[in-house]
Amino acid sequence: MKGHNTIPMNEDYYLPHKATYPIVGSIGLTTLLVGFANQLNGHAIGSTLMLAGTAILVFMMAGWFSEVIRESLAGNYNHQVDISFRMGMIWFITSEVFFFAAFFGALYYTRIYAVPWLAGEGAFESTGELLWKGFQNVWPTNGPDSIGGVGPEGHFEPMGAWGIPAINTLILLSSGATVTWAHWGLYANNRRQLIIGLIATVALGFLFVFLQAMEYHEAYTEMGLTLGTGIYGSTFFMLTGFHGLHVTIGAIFLLVVLLRSLRGHFGHDNHFAFEAAAWYWHFVDVVWLGLFIFVYWL
Amino acid sequence: MSASAATHDDHHDDHHDDHGPAKGFMRWVYTTNHKDIGTLYMITSLIMFMIGGAMALVIRLELFEPGMQYVDPGFFNQMTTLHALIMVFGAVMPAFAGMANWMIPIMIGAPDMALPRLNNWSFWLLPFGFVMLASTLFMEGGAPAAGWTLYPPLVLQTGDSFPFTIFTIHILGISSIMAAINIITTVLNMRAPGMTMMKLPLFVWTWVITAFLLIAVMPVFAGAVTMLLTDKYFGTSFFNAAGGGDPVLYQHLFWFFGHPEVYILILPSFGIISQIIPTFARKPLFGYSSMVYATASIGLLSFVVWAHHQYTVGMPIAGELYFTYATMLIAVPTGVKVFNWISTMWRGSMTFETPMLFAIAFVMLFTMGGFTGLMMSISPADLQYHDTYFIVAHFHYVLVPGSVFALMAGTYYWLPKWTGYMYDERLGKLHFWLTTISVNVTFFPQHFLGLAGMPRRIPDYAVQFAEFNAWSSVGAFVFGFSQLLFIYIIIKAVRGGQKATDEVWEGASEHGLEWQLPSPPPYHSWITAPFVK
Repeated sequence: MKGHNTIPMNEDYYLPHKATYPIVGSIGLTTLLVGFANQLNGHAIGSTLMLAGTAILVFMMAGWFSEVIRESLAGNYNHQVDISFRMGMIWFITSEVFFFAAFFGALYYTRIYAVPWLAGEGAFESTGELLWKGFQNVWPTNGPDSIGGVGPEGHFEPMGAWGIPAINTLILLSSGATVTWAHWGLYANNRRQLIIGLIATVALGFLFVFLQAMEYHEAYTEMGLTLGTGIYGSTFFMLTGFHGLHVTIGAIFLLVVLLRSLRGHFGHDNHFAFEAAAWYWHFVDVVWLGLFIFVYWL
Repeated sequence: MSASAATHDDHHDDHHDDHGPAKGFMRWVYTTNHKDIGTLYMITSLIMFMIGGAMALVIRLELFEPGMQYVDPGFFNQMTTLHALIMVFGAVMPAFAGMANWMIPIMIGAPDMALPRLNNWSFWLLPFGFVMLASTLFMEGGAPAAGWTLYPPLVLQTGDSFPFTIFTIHILGISSIMAAINIITTVLNMRAPGMTMMKLPLFVWTWVITAFLLIAVMPVFAGAVTMLLTDKYFGTSFFNAAGGGDPVLYQHLFWFFGHPEVYILILPSFGIISQIIPTFARKPLFGYSSMVYATASIGLLSFVVWAHHQYTVGMPIAGELYFTYATMLIAVPTGVKVFNWISTMWRGSMTFETPMLFAIAFVMLFTMGGFTGLMMSISPADLQYHDTYFIVAHFHYVLVPGSVFALMAGTYYWLPKWTGYMYDERLGKLHFWLTTISVNVTFFPQHFLGLAGMPRRIPDYAVQFAEFNAWSSVGAFVFGFSQLLFIYIIIKAVRGGQKATDEVWEGASEHGLEWQLPSPPPYHSWITAPFVK
């Protein structure tokens, strides 16, 4: 950063002249999705295309991010560029919030409206009588037809809040603290604190994912609870699954930040990537609290 | 509004930004220049406009007379579905994004968009998405045919094209979100000294609010279609009552996206019209700050009215009442805008060049579309209008003489700035009259068809509807072929003609920074920021 200008000078705003990676990203994403669509349609080529697409995307991200890191280390980015990056990240996280809102919305809608209506509540008494007689408004449910679950009754066991999920809550909250502690280390030019804090955060992140994998394994093998277990299974696995995916992405993000910290890329006033990763991590953390309360607990 | 003269010709120093575009085709693939990317967006939009228009003509050809003549009902439904998806996501949205790219940095005195590489990717996802969508026409079971709203359970019967349709939406969604992030960041962070938020040109303001809407609703749409995907292939029960879900849930999710989406299609139009009318009335915009607040109010209200698209699906009575009143509220800020445009023209020294003609037609015809919207906001009345040609007439009035007219107005208004040449004014006026008359011949009779009970999305109809349908089809073909003239006028202006001045329109330099740059502007404009007083 070249100091904090109050009046932006257009000459100093770094403008790249050639973007070689976006088109690679488009090709990669399209290959991945065309492959996935073929896979879903039962064509053998699907999985090959998906692998190729993923490889291209990984190549694209590695190349694009390295390019930006090189430019950053070369001192090309002034304060105004830094602000652009920050705003970009904030609005990106905002869009992610709304992505999760869609699935939380589905959860609330089914619990507050759809399931009670199916059970004949309020004005829907005759509907309940005629369509799904005897269906009770209880949560968790896999619906009047008992979709999924085990046996002719479609039995399943709901996921309790006070086992692995409670431990995972502690893990994520602690990781939020460790990443902040690392940030303080960065501000104080305390390299050791920065690196230990990041190692702890990344470790806690992957521990979370590992425990969630165990929880999923138990659900599938012992509890009769799968993605196909009616609306409960759908909302449970889609919400926690997308969250787990975001934890994984966030942990990889933090791992990259850790590796960059080891190489001394960040200064106390120049560490956008660190802060972006930390913001992302806190976002993942807050979503988890919502999940813990509304998916596991209540 | 004025700026110091530091513009184009004082940057021939040794600055690293000082060079022109690269050579050859790869210039367009690798470009980070906001004008290049804007041009790419607009060319794509024009191509998609013609493809989507051709599909509309297939629809109108079949509906020219009762009975089944040219296409089978399945293909007819594929046409209505693809026509809508292509026009919304392929024609109108990219056209606005193109104009935003071209004009926002110039209008706020920025050297380029804030995140140029991301800008490149926002565009270059689009062609891939559209090729994927178009390829569905050739798949087993044909293209998606359940309507652009993709309602389950019907949409779950789509053949092989189903996952391709969903993934197209994901790709287009990612593109829109990235473009929106870029626009907000550019406007908040890249304004020239003195360009305060309350001095922003209205086009910039309306785009900022549009970008907020995009960031909030595109992810919800992505989530909703992901649920469709998992319902079809992974056994989830989101929209399956037997598993405790509800198909109506999809409608709520879709319209939580869909209603702000229709404002995404119209707010930048308001911006364009608010730029054009003051220029040709030779007066400043009447009620600038009320325009800003009205736009923001419309943006906010758009989030809380979505279920007025679902009055007939079955909602608690409190819901019907709430959504009726909330929807009517939107008429207030919209009315503020219409009155402001008229007051801007009041006692102005008006001239009627093509952009102004389109702008005036916009004000009149969009208002008509708005009024039919008001009729349908009343839930008991809507039970009659729902899913008839009345709604088709309504949304085409707000989208064609609304959004599309604003885009045409904007094109004529800024074309001399973009190309450096004046377009052919005589041909422009001819294009205007052909378009305006035919658009009314096409869509006005559809109001009566709908009120008389003709349902939408059907390839055949009762004989009593024959005459109005014939008129509508004739209008549609005249409208469609008139657009070839539009393309000819654009190509002609790109290739040469009378040189445009910097100001282009008499007195325009009072109305925005873009008119203080040369026509066309240099490859890198505002390398030295202007100072806005």
